[in-house]
Amino acid sequence: MADGASNDAFVEFERVQKSYDGETLVVKDLNLEMPRGEFLTMLGPSGSGKTTCLMMLAGFETATHGDIRLGGKSINDIPPHKRGIGMVFQNYALFPHMTIAENLSFPLEVRNIGKSEREEKIRRALDMVEMGDFGGRRPAQLSGGQQQRVALARALVFEPELVLMDEPLGALDKQLREKMQFEITHLAHNLGITTVYVTHDQTEALTMSDRVAVFDDGKIQQLAAPDTLYESPENSFVAQFIGENNTLEGTIKELKGETCIVALDDGEVIDAKPVNVDKVGDRTLVSIRPERVEIDQSRLQEGAHTLDAEVLEFIYMGDIFRTRLRVAGKDDFIIKTRNAPDQQRLQPGQKIKIGWLAEDCRALDP
Amino acid sequence: MSDSTETGPVLAADGSPLKQSLAKALRREKMRALALIAPLLFFIVLTFIIPILSMLFRSVENQIVSDTLPGTVAAIQDWDTDSGDAPDEIVFQHLFIDLFNADEAKEHTKLGSRLNYEQSGLSSLFRSSGRNVDDIGESFQDPLEEIDPAFEEADFWYDMMNGAGGEGLLEERRAMWEAQEGDTLAGDVGFVPSQAMIDLLPWTTTAYTDFAIWTAIEDEDVVAEEEPWEAVYGALGMDLRNPETVAAIAEYDGPGAAQLQAVVDNLDRLPETSFREAFAEIDEDWLDPEVWGTISVYSPNYTPGYFLTAIDMKLGADGVEAQPEDRQLYIKLFNRTLFMSLVITGSCILLGYPVAWLLANLPLRTANVLMILVLLPFWTSLLVRTSAWKVLLQQQGVINEILVWLGFVDDANRLILMNNQTGTIIAMTHILLPFMILPLYSVMKTIDPSYLRAAKSLGATNFVAFWRVYFPQSVPGIGAGSILVFILSIGYYITPEIVGGTDGVFISNRIAYHISSSLNWGLAAALGSILLVVVLALYWLYDRIVGIDNVKLGG
Repeated sequence: MADGASNDAFVEFERVQKSYDGETLVVKDLNLEMPRGEFLTMLGPSGSGKTTCLMMLAGFETATHGDIRLGGKSINDIPPHKRGIGMVFQNYALFPHMTIAENLSFPLEVRNIGKSEREEKIRRALDMVEMGDFGGRRPAQLSGGQQQRVALARALVFEPELVLMDEPLGALDKQLREKMQFEITHLAHNLGITTVYVTHDQTEALTMSDRVAVFDDGKIQQLAAPDTLYESPENSFVAQFIGENNTLEGTIKELKGETCIVALDDGEVIDAKPVNVDKVGDRTLVSIRPERVEIDQSRLQEGAHTLDAEVLEFIYMGDIFRTRLRVAGKDDFIIKTRNAPDQQRLQPGQKIKIGWLAEDCRALDP
Repeated sequence: MSDSTETGPVLAADGSPLKQSLAKALRREKMRALALIAPLLFFIVLTFIIPILSMLFRSVENQIVSDTLPGTVAAIQDWDTDSGDAPDEIVFQHLFIDLFNADEAKEHTKLGSRLNYEQSGLSSLFRSSGRNVDDIGESFQDPLEEIDPAFEEADFWYDMMNGAGGEGLLEERRAMWEAQEGDTLAGDVGFVPSQAMIDLLPWTTTAYTDFAIWTAIEDEDVVAEEEPWEAVYGALGMDLRNPETVAAIAEYDGPGAAQLQAVVDNLDRLPETSFREAFAEIDEDWLDPEVWGTISVYSPNYTPGYFLTAIDMKLGADGVEAQPEDRQLYIKLFNRTLFMSLVITGSCILLGYPVAWLLANLPLRTANVLMILVLLPFWTSLLVRTSAWKVLLQQQGVINEILVWLGFVDDANRLILMNNQTGTIIAMTHILLPFMILPLYSVMKTIDPSYLRAAKSLGATNFVAFWRVYFPQSVPGIGAGSILVFILSIGYYITPEIVGGTDGVFISNRIAYHISSSLNWGLAAALGSILLVVVLALYWLYDRIVGIDNVKLGG
């Protein structure tokens, strides 16, 4: 009741810390609020604390400090089996000695639900993931994708309000993964379940989530909707971690409101948008998405700065062209151009000029 | 589909049948695989399979009776076992020849020991009879030599017996000796029985042939220079009791005719006692029909007798019958062995399961220390461990002392933990525990901890999660451990021997006793075979109930 915002939050982390050895913090001062029905993804490199957060929420790890609340009630002292949270594990954790139907029956049996009601729920859950005919099989007789569906059905069959998923698609091949991403998102939205999804795959995070929490070093670096995250990363970690990104180092030369001018280390100057830089003379890391780089001078604003670039490599990727350039002394500047009929195909060795809109180029912390 | 119906076998590119060219391609690999296992295979067959088979064969083998007493065994077939009387004279005549030969070959005591398993007293009967059988021959030798001193002469006997036409008899008796000795007796005897003598004096010729073969080949002497055995004189006495022989001697004119005629003229100077009476004089047990019943029952080359003994039965004159109460032992021992093995397996599961669980779930460093503690017993001698238990368990031992000191047990009523079943169970559970823990551990190691987490997240309490999710997955480990422990304990020997006393010994202790002390290898082999069959049967049963596919030693 201390702050009014927490009233409609369903899942809440307040100043949560976690340490395994008493010397280092795996999770540092985590604050997070999730409204009911949201699909939130915890994204981050391994060791960033995202799985630990999930495990604390599920009850398999206890928070060293802080409060975790579910529906307004603190669940710190509630054992996992009383939390009523559905969970899908990375390796599915389907019980190998039970049939699919028995696997689904398990959470209902421990809740003392009658046989006929149990059967009805199992049937509905299996139909929901289109596995209605597989009730009598053993997990080992199913393919990875089918096991994935069953694991999902099992986590949902007892109708939890919150479902946790720990890298559930990690073991599937690319095509199946994309199909399942779509299905899981639909299911979660249709059932209106609150979902916390953990992954290290940024594509997965972007395509599935309402909001993404980017974890690094035990902290949430940015918590935002996918498009915001991609287009307006708040710091250089997020910028680098989400999507492909070109970075150039330099110093702020001029600050004028919404734009600034950055002097690169080799003396060239570019336009950028200041994000978390304060004053002239600050070191900065400018970040620009490969698809926002223009090679057609006519499409740039009047007076925009350009950089000299030399084409090093041209890669044909079907829908797009990917070109590697040498820019400001760096060999790894990438640009992406759409494969359109009038699109120019650059040749290695070619000298060109590149530029961009100031708002696409973000001047971030070094 | 149309391919296979039209063309029959699938062909390889060169037109030869595909199966054939596949076999050809794989042959090299198969040969190499075979070559790699050949040394081990050879070693195992030579040192393991063959000895075991020969040991198993011993459980039914019984050739010693017919090899040692060939004539007697043949003659006894006509004896009626239910007559209530010892066999006729003819059987004793054969016994005289056979026993004399056996005594020369020093085989009669072995036969005595063998038959003693079936009826006590037979060992001493055979030993004393072998010692005294010479006397029967001498009772004929002395009067014969008095009648005509020529009977003392080695060359007289040789001239009379040697001739031609008796090659058949020579080889027959050579075979008898070979069976008796269990060895080949090849070589030139320097003597062939004459056909005339075989017709005239069959017993004598046979006995002399036996003597000649033994003298020439075993003693490596010249037959013509050696005075015959007492058996030959005894045999001559047998021949002369036949009136037809006496009549035929009058007609005979070959070598020694005069001397033989002289004996015939003085028949009244030869002893008149029958061989039956003579043997009875050595030991009156020879007139006991039960003794002859035993010899008769165990005269075939193969006998179920050892197996019957092993299940507390015996082969009586009227077929299979139960052993007397006081000799029943083995069924009880088998039952005890099975029961105690089950108890030991059970306690190994109870004690080993939590340890294996800890091993599988502790952090690696701690688990390794624990694992060393589990394996430590493996690195100490079995004998040392068992002896240590002796120190712990005895009435003045460590455990009792502590209990008395703590006041749990009264000094006068110290617990009897040793020389009984309790001692065997305690010590064997400890010794076999690693065999339960290791397979359990390796199975538990493969059970992903996320199963337990999944169960808990689905709403199961710790106990339900363990019992319904973890335990069923660890059952293959219990199965593997149980088979190992049970089969090991069913054949265990050292520990029960040391801490088991009389109550706590297993069937294997009895087998060891028969191998090393009573030297009844046949019975030991029969007991071992039964044990083997019991284990295989239990294994089969286990496979039927649990399924051998469900047994995992890891992975």
